[in-house]
Parts: sequence; structure tokens; C-alpha cells
Amino acid sequence: MTAMDKARDGYTVTLGRAADPGSEFAARVKVEVEGLSFWYGGKQALFDVTMPIAERRVTALIGPSGCGKSTFLRCFNRMHDLYPGNRYAGRIVLHPDGIDIVSPKTDPMIPRLRIGMVFQKPNPFPKSIYENVAAGLRIRGIRDRALLDEQVEKSLRRAALWDEVKDRLDASAYDLSGGQQQRLCIARALAPEPEILLLDEPTSALDPIATAHIEELIDELRAEYTIVIVTHNMQQAARISQFTGFFHLGRLVEFGPTQQLFTRPRETMTQDYITGRFG
Amino acid sequence: MAVEVAEEIRATGTLAPTAAFLARRRWVDRTMRGLLAVAASLSIFVTLGIVWVLVSESLVFFRHVSLVEFLTDTEWTPLFANPRFGILPLLAGTVTVSAIALLVAIPCGTVLAIYLSEFASYRAREVIKPVLELLAGVPTVVFGYFALLVVTPTLRIFLPDISGFNMLSPGLVMGVMILPYVVSLSEDAMRAVPNSLREGAYALGYTRLQTGLRVVVPAAFSGITAAYLLGMARAVGETMVVAIAAGQNPKFTFNPLEGAATITAYIVQVSLGDVPHGSIGYQSIFAAGLVLFVFTLFFNLVGFILRRRFREVY
Ligand SMILES: Nc1ncnc2c1ncn2[C@@H]1O[C@H](COP(=O)(O)OP(=O)(O)OP(=O)(O)O)[C@@H](O)[C@H]1O
Ligand SMILES: [Mg+2]
Repeated sequence: MTAMDKARDGYTVTLGRAADPGSEFAARVKVEVEGLSFWYGGKQALFDVTMPIAERRVTALIGPSGCGKSTFLRCFNRMHDLYPGNRYAGRIVLHPDGIDIVSPKTDPMIPRLRIGMVFQKPNPFPKSIYENVAAGLRIRGIRDRALLDEQVEKSLRRAALWDEVKDRLDASAYDLSGGQQQRLCIARALAPEPEILLLDEPTSALDPIATAHIEELIDELRAEYTIVIVTHNMQQAARISQFTGFFHLGRLVEFGPTQQLFTRPRETMTQDYITGRFG
Repeated sequence: MAVEVAEEIRATGTLAPTAAFLARRRWVDRTMRGLLAVAASLSIFVTLGIVWVLVSESLVFFRHVSLVEFLTDTEWTPLFANPRFGILPLLAGTVTVSAIALLVAIPCGTVLAIYLSEFASYRAREVIKPVLELLAGVPTVVFGYFALLVVTPTLRIFLPDISGFNMLSPGLVMGVMILPYVVSLSEDAMRAVPNSLREGAYALGYTRLQTGLRVVVPAAFSGITAAYLLGMARAVGETMVVAIAAGQNPKFTFNPLEGAATITAYIVQVSLGDVPHGSIGYQSIFAAGLVLFVFTLFFNLVGFILRRRFREVY
């Protein structure tokens, strides 16, 4: 992080060694995380994390199990607010409006309505397949049946699930397999078209074909959305992300363009992790 | 078991299970299965025994009274010189009082359960739950006299027409009485809904109330139905409160301002009185009990079907 080249222009940041404005490493910053720390009650889980999230790019978070990737991701939509005793320090600034997501003065509804999330384990609602995907739209007051139909189909197609469920949209979501449920949750998160999509190991329960579909989807979505993805799969991080952050014991050890982080890491700890020497 | 396995391994020098070890496991498994089957059949036999007594004793009653009269006559006066045997007055009393009780307990109970499981702070929960449990521990006689001596006079301020013995007052009190069961069981069902579902809802932008009503309640549906059914079973089966506050005068009416008797109130009245064994008056309580049994069985069936329809899988 310290060694990162960073040239600022308004809230445009150019990340990477080749500060070529045309490259995919030149991006505006969608979110700036500044000195973020987090405590589960008395236990500190994040230590002074500072990193940018590039707009319309995929940022991958890697690191050994228990290093705080999920904890970090869940700060973005204030999921930790649901449990008593949790505490944030520092700032997560959401652009373009400059709202500080973790400020106690910010209504957690604001980030939640603008940021979608797919969890580590599939968690469909006890509703039909259709209603699961439509849920986020209904909550936003959309009642127009045609619009709902259209958005549900579009989201299910994007999540590579449409062909498998188009004939049984009224069936319970629990009739689906685990992998299908996870894709349903992806469709559910996509339907309201959030500005940012948080993905916590979205493909850990999927077979290689569905995984490939989802990776394709992420690549497509990059045109319109900002994506942050947690993954244990190093190849996946390398394949789909433009930026990568490596976490260890609640600290961000290194952040940079994916290519650079995987080929020429600055920190020996990063080197050890990506070459499989620990973790 | 662990010790045995260790011995086996030491004896044979291999982790592969020996025939003797497998045989022992099979034996334990079979014995346990047998014991469980005995325990399960026992409860079935007890239930069947109750049904058998109810039916056989009722048959004695129906030798004297036709089923048609029993189901259609609107007078219930088995102990009079000129007895009439229509179950409708008792059924009407039971239905009216239970309906009032459920109208109190189900909405209040559901709201309270949602509040406790989704909104209340840890501290609020720690205060409210023991208070509710205390309510559940009050003897029903106390509730009965509370209905008769406090609630009825209070109701009279607003409803001057209300009789001293009426169904409204015990209905309301009974609603409060079964409230703790409805709350506690529905809350258990809601709290059993995994947090991952709530998180999914909040992440989509659901408010607390929306999460409670649109995600948690549907997910806990079968448990909540069970809570309602138990509340209903208690309301229908409750005796003391009605016997004390509704009078014991069977009357075919659904008007909550009038007094009436319920099936259970009648049964206890006859059982405590000096009606001779084997007389038609005595036999009539079995017929009344049978009706009560069929009544609750019916609602349990409805609940069973509902639960099947909305089964919960997280
Ligand atoms: N609810 C909680 N209360 C207390 N500590 C927690 C809680 N959730 C997580 N932790 C701790 O915080 C640290 C970070 O956990 P986190 O779930 O963020 O790890 P992770 O990087 O996502 O791991 P994985 O790759 O296994 O999902 C761990 O040490 C964990 O034990
Ligand atoms: Mg995690």
C-alpha cells in the first residue's frame, strides 16, 4: 500500500506503475476506505485499512481464512450494525456524493439501498423463485408487473439461472440445489441494479461451469458496476479482477493492480501467500 | 465406545472394524430402536385408550338420544325432569369464548413476538419474558375470579347491557391467559430463523419491520401456526375461567354479552355434582367430551395441512 503509485485528479486515481490514462488501471475511485478499524465487541478484527475501490472495476480481496475479508466487506453495507457491541472507526467514503458510510450519522439504509451483496452461503428467502428476485424491487416501491417481469428475467439470465428455472418461477426457492440457490441470490442482488456489488466467495458452492458463467457475468457487469469480490481462488482473482488487496490478520498487507500483485508483489508475505507457502 | 475402539485397535493392530465390533454396534442400534418404538407406541396406546373410553361411553348415551337430536336440538338440559340433549348451546358457548380469547391472543401475541424477536434490546427482552412467564403461572381460578369481579364490572361501565355472567369477560381474560403461550412459542419459532436470512433482507434494503413481516414470519410460519393451535387448544379446553365468569347456564347464543356454558364447564359441573354413575346425565359428559375431541382434532388437522403447505426449509 505504501509503495503504491497514486496520482490524483479530483477523485480520479490512477493506480499502477504505468500511469497511462487509457489503461484499465486508470479509474475513478468509487469508494475510499480511510483508516478503517473494526471491533467485534472487544475483539479488533480490522486494523487501520486504507484502500481505494475503483469505479467500474473488479477489486479482489484475498488472504488466509479468518484474516478479515468478510468483516471488511460487511462494513460497506453496515451489516455489522445488526449485532450489538460492534464498532467502526475511520471512514468509508462513497463517491460521487462523499457520504461516509460508517459514520454513525449516516442512515445505514443509504448504503444498503445503493450497494448489493451476495453472501458466502446462499440465503434465499422463503418465497418463490420469482419473488426472491423481485424482492429488492418491491422494497423500492416498484409494482408494475411488466417491469418486474422484465427485471426478474434479465437478472436470472445474468446469473446464468434462467434456463433452469424459467418453467417454474413460482416454485419455492428451497426446491433449488445449493449452487442454484447461490445463483438465485446473485440474481436477487442484481435486480435492483446497485452501484456496487459485494460478493463474498460467490462461487465457492458452484461447479466449474456455473463458476465460469459467474466469472463471465462479473466481467460483463464491470461495464456498469463497481465490484468487490472475496475469493480463496487465486486463479479466479487473477482472471477476473483488475485490483487486488491482500489481507493478513486484519491488516491490508498489500494493494495494487492484480497483475502486478501476482507477478511482482512488493511484500514477501504476499509472495509467500500467492506461491502457497502459507495460508 | 471410544475406549472399546481403542482396545480393538490395540488388539488387532488395524483400524478396520472387527466382526465383533460391528455386531455389538448393530445390537445397540437395534435395542435402542426397540426402546424408542415402545415409547412411541405407549403414547399412541394412551391416546387410543382415551378415544375408546369416549366412544364406548358415548355409545351408551346415544342409545338413549338420537344423533340428530344431539346435533340439532337447541336446548341442553340433561339434568332436568324433562331433559333435552342438544349440544349446540355448549358448542356455541365454547366457540364464542374461544373466539374472543383468540381474537385477543393471536394479534397481540404475534405483535409481541415480532417485537421481542426482531426489535427488543437484550435488556427489554430480559424484562418482558419473565413477566409473561409469571402470567402463565397464575392459577386459572384466579383468572376466573378476576374476570368475574374486576373485568365484568369494568365492562359494565361501557356496556350497561352486559349480564353479570357473560362470555365477553372470560373470553378477554382467557385471551390474556393464553397470550404467554402464543408469544413464547411464536418467538421461539422466529428466533430459530437463521440470521443469514435477516442479513439477506437488510442487505437488500429491507427495514426492520419489513424484515420481520416479509421474511422472518413467513420463514417461521409452521412454528407460528403451532403456537396458534396450542393457544386454541388451551382456549377450547380451558374450564375454570368460563365456569366462574360465564355462569353455567347453557344457552344457544353467540352474543358475548350474555352468559353461557361451554363444553368443559358442563363437564366439570356434572363431574363435581351428585349425578349417579350410569345415568343419562352422567353419560352425557362423554358425548360432550367426544365433541370437544373431534373439535380440537379438526383444528389440529387444519394446522397440519397448513404446515405441510408452507413447510419451512432454511
Ligand atoms: N461475529 C463475530 N464475533 C467475533 N469475532 C468474529 C465474528 N465474526 C468474525 N470474527 C473474527 O474476525 C476475524 C475475521 O473473520 P472474517 O469472517 O472476516 O474472516 P474471513 O477472512 O472472511 O475468513 P474466511 O475466508 O474463512 O471467510 C476472525 O478472526 C473471526 O474469528
Ligand atoms: Mg469470509
